[in-house]
Amino acid sequence: MTPQIPRALARAEDDCLTTMALLEIRGLTAAVGDKQILNGVDLTVNLGEVHAVMGPNGSGKSTLAQVLAGNPAYNVTGGSVVYDGRELLELEPEERAQAGIFLAFQYPVEIPGVSNAYFLRAAYNEMRKARGEAEVDPLEFADVMEEKLRLVDMDTSMLSRSVNTGFSGGEKKRNEILQMAVLTPRLAILDETDSGLDIDALRTVSNGVNALRRPDNATIVVTHYQRLLNYIVPDFVHVLAGGRIMKSGGKDLAIELENRGYDWITPHASRPAAGAAR
Amino acid sequence: MTPGSAVEPFVAPFESLAGDPSAPAPIQSLRRAAFDRFSELGFPTTKNEDWHYTSVAPIVEHEYTALLDRTGDVRRGDLAQFGHGARDWHTAVFVNGRFAPELSDLNALPSGARVSDLVTAWTAAPQLVRRIGALANTDHSFTALNTAMMTDGAVVQIDDDADVRRPIHLLFVTDAVAAKGMMHPRNLVVVGRNARATVIESYVSLTDALYFTNAVTEVSLADGATLRHYKVQREGARAFHVGTIQAAQARDSHYLSFSFATGGALTRTNVYTTLDGEGAGPTLNGLYMLDGEQHCDHQTEIVHAQPNCFSRELYKGILDDRSHGVFNGKVYVHPIAQKTDGKQTNKTLLLSGTAHVDAKPQLEIFADDVKCTHGATVGQIDETALFYMKSRGVNRDMARRLLTYAFAADVLETLEVDELKVSLEQMTMDRFTNPSDSRTVER
Repeated sequence: MTPQIPRALARAEDDCLTTMALLEIRGLTAAVGDKQILNGVDLTVNLGEVHAVMGPNGSGKSTLAQVLAGNPAYNVTGGSVVYDGRELLELEPEERAQAGIFLAFQYPVEIPGVSNAYFLRAAYNEMRKARGEAEVDPLEFADVMEEKLRLVDMDTSMLSRSVNTGFSGGEKKRNEILQMAVLTPRLAILDETDSGLDIDALRTVSNGVNALRRPDNATIVVTHYQRLLNYIVPDFVHVLAGGRIMKSGGKDLAIELENRGYDWITPHASRPAAGAAR
Repeated sequence: MTPGSAVEPFVAPFESLAGDPSAPAPIQSLRRAAFDRFSELGFPTTKNEDWHYTSVAPIVEHEYTALLDRTGDVRRGDLAQFGHGARDWHTAVFVNGRFAPELSDLNALPSGARVSDLVTAWTAAPQLVRRIGALANTDHSFTALNTAMMTDGAVVQIDDDADVRRPIHLLFVTDAVAAKGMMHPRNLVVVGRNARATVIESYVSLTDALYFTNAVTEVSLADGATLRHYKVQREGARAFHVGTIQAAQARDSHYLSFSFATGGALTRTNVYTTLDGEGAGPTLNGLYMLDGEQHCDHQTEIVHAQPNCFSRELYKGILDDRSHGVFNGKVYVHPIAQKTDGKQTNKTLLLSGTAHVDAKPQLEIFADDVKCTHGATVGQIDETALFYMKSRGVNRDMARRLLTYAFAADVLETLEVDELKVSLEQMTMDRFTNPSDSRTVER
């Protein structure tokens, strides 16, 4: 079976003068402390597309997500990321968010003492300010929230609870999608959003994500398992191993990975590819 | 400076008070004995274990006028800012240490509750005189000095079985007249059997002048009594404040204390309670927030003198700039105090690299069947949470402020008076929020 030629790659090559990619990652390398984790990632994402980044544990999937969001714990050592025509790596995390990048965390952070409502409205207003729009007051915001809560099947009572504090695993993930719904990103990065979810929660979360898909935004789904991709159907699937993308294909690649595992693609996944800096 | 020499400036003010005809003879002899004790003790030095982290030299290097007469020019309108938005509290106002009946609202007190000034109380109710000094320990210099110099304060009496729903607010305010002055407020709170009440003790200021407040409050809870006793210390920026609360708890009584402290240049609050009956317990909570060069010291002491008692303690400090916080939490468990259940937590958030805290839990346990835990943490803003908030578009400053507020939120949440809770939450929020940021705390 020959995987079809990914449309995005084909288009990037054919129409590079006319189509501007939303995200263009070139030769990205990154480290945590002394440990090099990304070893030259190349990835192009266009508007309207959903890309799945899969790979075995320790392949650098979450690192890629965190680096794109600007986590200062990760040290970018080389390469470039152009987002919407801007050098992404030069922006602070909050500037990236204001420019439309959203990371749904694998492990959402608990913030005792800050209510969800307050936090969401603060974030929402920061986005509006960045776009030169007027801030909304709590009453106006309540109207915004009503619709968004329905999307992820959450009750208004969760708004008065502290951010993620004491939330179950499923509630935390739904809360991430709620934030995403409120902030309406142009590029959403979902980091292992399926981990720890039962089938009902998985369906709810996926429905939320799908409802937010539009021709003028794009999504990167980072996941270990194919299961999530039954619900959030990707246009492209990439296999990340040893800190670089080893293979790209269509959604069938995910099914093949589910059946065959990762070994056939990445026999030496735990080692950097030949010639890579150690 | 030797302790003895520091006492000298207080001799003349004391002598001017000694001839005070308004005080009954037992009070006069109490004062005299206390001054003798103070003269022996002098001021504590940092060699004194209880004052190891707090030097009182800045207090002692000034001389103070005793503010014996009524002074000050404070109007009702000046006090609105200190009322926490409450409309129906019973309020006793003291200006520069002296009772100001025209600013007070005590007419709506229910039967079963009486609030008066100290002079009226010791004149009208001689049986109360015996209670003054019954609990406070004049082996502590500042308590001895207060006892020697006491001229005014509040006496709160709650009868057996009374349930006083609205808080009683003792509001001590200073104005510019207090400059270079000293005040020694002396309060007495007596809560009868199975009675419930709330007393809020505020020390606030309308002046940035330097002055010295040295307060003592004695609190007694009879069997089954519940007292919420909340202290709000927002003294002026250059003020010195030493405040000692000494409580005694009988069987099954519950004493809920909160110390909120943001004011003063150098302040010390002591909260001491003795559990004299089975089933009694205190909850001692506090929040202090400092900046600039402020120094704020809290010492708590819980004496478990009987079996089957509990104690709960949560103190938090938020320290910025070059401020210095001190927390010393003592718990004594007597040999007979079996089944004691004690828990102490002390957390400090440092907002700058130059702020520092000295935290000293001090458990002395002489019974063998007890459960006593303590924990102290000192930390900075959580970088993971900071990144999480920034990743949602919230800028660094606002994220820091929200996280700082969040650190304080759980201890403020323990306040059981809604107006006070909302007011102190707002005060805390505003402290860490830009005027341009949102001002509403949603819950």
